[in-house]
Amino acid sequence: MEKIINITLKVWRQKGPKVKGDFETHRLEGISGDTSFLEMLDILNEQLIHEGKEPIVFDNDCREGICGMCSLYINGHPHGPDDLITTCQLHMRHFNDGDTITVEPWRSAAFPIVRDLMVDRYAFDKIIQAGGYTSVNTGGVPDANAIPIPKVDADEAMDSASCIGCGACVAACKNGSAMLFVSAKVSQLALLPQGRIEAKARVKAMIAKMDELGFGNCTNTRACELECPKGVSISNIARLNREFLTAKFND
Amino acid sequence: MIKLDAKIPKGPLAEKWANYKDHQKLVNPANKRRLDIIVVGTGLAGASAAASLGELGFNVLSFCIQDSPRRAHSIAAQGGINAAKNYQNDGDSVYRLFYDTIKGGDYRAREANVYRLAEVSGNIIDQCVAQGVPFAREYGGLLDNRSFGGAQVSRTFYAKGQTGQQLLLGAYSALSRQIHNGNVKMHTRHEMLDIVIMDGRARGIITRNLVTGEIERYAAHAVIIATGGYGNVFYLSTNAMNSNGSVAMQVYRKGALFANPAYAQIHPTCIPVHGDYQSKLTLMSESLRNDGRIWVPKKLEDAKAIREGNLKPTEIAEEDRDYYLERRYPAFGNLVPRDVASRAAKERCDAGYGVATTGLAVFLDFSEAIKRLGKKTVEERYGNLFQMYEKITADNPYETPMMIYPAIHYTMGGIWVDYELMTTIPGCFSIGEANFSDHGANRLGASALMQGLADGYFVIPYTIQNYLADQIQVKHINTDSPEFVEAEKAVRERIERLMNIQGERSVDSLHKELGHVMWEYVGMGRTKASLEKALTRIKEIKKEFWSNVRIPGEADSLNTELEKALRVADFIDIGYLMALDGLNRNESCGGHFREEYQTPDGEALRDDARYSYASCWEYKGEDKDPVLNKEPLDYEFVQRQQRNYKS
Repeated sequence: MEKIINITLKVWRQKGPKVKGDFETHRLEGISGDTSFLEMLDILNEQLIHEGKEPIVFDNDCREGICGMCSLYINGHPHGPDDLITTCQLHMRHFNDGDTITVEPWRSAAFPIVRDLMVDRYAFDKIIQAGGYTSVNTGGVPDANAIPIPKVDADEAMDSASCIGCGACVAACKNGSAMLFVSAKVSQLALLPQGRIEAKARVKAMIAKMDELGFGNCTNTRACELECPKGVSISNIARLNREFLTAKFND
Repeated sequence: MIKLDAKIPKGPLAEKWANYKDHQKLVNPANKRRLDIIVVGTGLAGASAAASLGELGFNVLSFCIQDSPRRAHSIAAQGGINAAKNYQNDGDSVYRLFYDTIKGGDYRAREANVYRLAEVSGNIIDQCVAQGVPFAREYGGLLDNRSFGGAQVSRTFYAKGQTGQQLLLGAYSALSRQIHNGNVKMHTRHEMLDIVIMDGRARGIITRNLVTGEIERYAAHAVIIATGGYGNVFYLSTNAMNSNGSVAMQVYRKGALFANPAYAQIHPTCIPVHGDYQSKLTLMSESLRNDGRIWVPKKLEDAKAIREGNLKPTEIAEEDRDYYLERRYPAFGNLVPRDVASRAAKERCDAGYGVATTGLAVFLDFSEAIKRLGKKTVEERYGNLFQMYEKITADNPYETPMMIYPAIHYTMGGIWVDYELMTTIPGCFSIGEANFSDHGANRLGASALMQGLADGYFVIPYTIQNYLADQIQVKHINTDSPEFVEAEKAVRERIERLMNIQGERSVDSLHKELGHVMWEYVGMGRTKASLEKALTRIKEIKKEFWSNVRIPGEADSLNTELEKALRVADFIDIGYLMALDGLNRNESCGGHFREEYQTPDGEALRDDARYSYASCWEYKGEDKDPVLNKEPLDYEFVQRQQRNYKS
C-alpha cells in the first residue's frame, strides 16, 4: 500500500554568506512515500513560486547518489536518517505522518553558506589541487598491465576511492575536520604502486592545505564514518596518520 | 547551404590518423604559452582536454556550472569503458572494436573517426592506470574485463559499478594538478551563455556567474565545447538535473551546425517511472545484463495479476516466463544493443505483458545467476547497483526480480565537427557527447567514456594545434572589442525578456509538458503523424513559455529559476529540431525508429540509398525553419548490412 503523509518542514533560509539566517516553516500535504526528499522540496518550491515567493536554494544534480552535490542536514544528520545514501536517495517513506522535519545546510567554517541550503565546498578542490594526484602527463605511460597489482590492494583502493566529496564527514564532525575526505584520497593512492612514488610529498601537502583552510582536527569520534553515504572507513584515517608520520620522520 | 568538408585524411583506414599526425602543423613550446584556450565543461572530455592542454603549456580557462569540476555528469556512468586491448585473448582487435562500433551505430557514423577512436582506446586505459584509477583486477594482479551489449568479446574495463566516477576523478585530478601549476584557471559555477565571434573566428565566451548573477566576458584563441548531451529535453531522463543543451544551441545560432538531432539513445534498463512529481530516472547499468535475464509473463492473465498485486513474480513457473530477448536474438541474447533491447521491452508492454502497477516495466531476474554463481559473487559484481535499486524502490533484488523500463539516456546527435573536431565556426571545437561524431545512430555500452577520454586526452591536443599554428601572431584578445560588447548586450536582453514575462507557469511545469510531448511523439517509436503533431505542440509550448513563464527573484543575483528558464528555452528549440530531423529521415536506424519503416519481424529498416548521410541543420533565424545540409557517409572499408543479432 502506498504511504501518504502530511509533514511540517522547518527550512533554513539565508540570503547570503554574511547575512543572518533563520528557519522558515512550511506545511506539506499528501506526500507519497515513493517521493524522494528532493522531489518533496521540488513540490514545495513549486508552491512557493505560485505564491510569488523565491524558491529554496539547494545544490543537487545527478539525483542518483554519485555526484556529491546534494548536501542537506536533515533532523541533525547529514543526508538524513537512512544509512549509506545521499540526500537525493532518501525517500519520504522514512518519515511518518505528522512529522516535523528540520532541514539545514552543512555547517562548517570551511564551507561558507552561499544561499539557503547551498554551501561553498571549493576548499575540497583546493586540497586535491595541493597533491591529490599522480604527476603524470598524458601520453608516455607504460602499458596498463605492466605493473600487476594484488587484487586485495586494488579492491581496497577502490573502496577508498568511492568518496564522492560531498562533505558529509565535515558536516558530521564536531570539529569540522576533513580527515576522512583527505585520508580517502591519500589511501587510494598510497595503496597503488603508481601513487607510492609521491606518497610522502602528497600526504604532507594535502595535510598542510587542509590545516590552512580552517578544517578542524580529528578526535576519533567516528561520526564521519557513520554518516558517510559511501561507507568510507576510518581505517583510512589510520593509514593517513601512518603515512604522515612516516613522511615526517623522513624529513 | 554550407560546403561541408570533413577533412578526412587520405590513405588506408589504419594509417589515416598516423598520417594526419605526421603532417599536421604544431605549435612550439614558447608560442604555446602565448595562446589561450577556453574549455567549457569538465566532464570526461572537458577535464581531460583542459588537463592535457595545460600540460602542453597552453593557457587554459576551464568553466563548469557545478560547484566543483568533479561533479560533471560523467561521474554517474556505471558499467565500464571499452578498449581494444585483447587482454582476454578472445579475438579482440582495433579493427573489431571499430567494426562493432560502426555496426552498433547502424552504419551512420564516419569510418575514419571511429577507427581513430578504436585506435587510441588502449592508450586511455594505460593513462588511467598511471593516474591511479583502481580498475577491477583478477587474482593474478592483471586487469579484469566484462562484456557489454553489441560485442562478442570481453573488452570492457570497470571499477565496480562506478567506472565513470573513477575515470572522471582521474581526469579531475590531472586537471587539479594543472590548476595547481597555474596552467589552468578554473571557473566554477559559471554558465556559458554565448560564444563571441570576431572576423569569423571563435574568440571568446559570455558567461553568467551563477552565484552573483554577474555577466562576464572571457577571451581566447580557441573555444572547446564539452558540455555533454541534450537528453533532458525529455524532462525525465537519466541525465543529471543540470545537464543541458544550451551551449550547443548558442553555437548553432552563431553558425555551427546541429547534426542528427533525432538520434537519441533510450537505455533499456532504468528504474520505471512512478509518479507525477518524479524528477529524474535512475539507470541500472547495462553490465547487469551479463548475468540478469530479462522476462515478462507468457500469459496475459499472469501479467494482469502481477499488475494488480495478486501474484508475485517468484510464483510464476519457469515455463510460464517469456525470456523474450533470448527467444528473439539467440546469438546475443540479453546482450543485444540498447536500441534493440529497448524496443523489445516496449513491444512486450504494448502487447499487454508489462508488469508494475503502470504496466510499463519488465523483469530483470538474477535468481539463475545467484544459483549458478552464489550470492557472494553476484554481490561482488553488482552489490552497489542492488543497493541503489533497493534504496529507491524498497524491493530487494536478491529476493525478487528487478523491474526496469527504457528511458532516455544519451544523445548521439550534437554539434557537427570535422575530423579535427572543429565545428563550422573556425576556432570552435566540440568534444565528447556534445559533438555528433562517433556513435552514428546508436551508441554501444561503455563507449561514451571511451569517446570522451579519446577526444580529450588523445585527439584534441593534436588537432587543435593544426588550427592554432596559424594564430601565433594574434595577441591576447581584448574583451572590450565591439563584438564582446554586442554579445554581452544580447545576453542581457534575453535574460531581461525572460524576467519581464512574469506569467503564471513555473519553468518546471513547462519543461514537463515539453517532456511529455517528446516521449509521446518523438520517443521510442515515431511516425510521420506523431512527429508532425510534435512540431505543432512544441510551437504551442514555445509560445506559452515566452508569454507565460514566471521567474521569481532578480537576474543580478543567484537565481536557480532563471538558470532553468534559460536552459528550457533552448530545450524547446532542440525538441523542435529533433522532430524536424526525425520527420526528414524516412527510415529507421539505431535510436531513430520510424514505425513505418521496419522489417516483417519488427527490426529497424534502413534506407542506405536515400539516407546514408549525416543531417546537418543550419540556423536561419528565430522563427524560420533551419536548412538541411547533408554530409554523405561513404563507406569505403566496411560492407553495410542489415544489423543481425539473431545468429
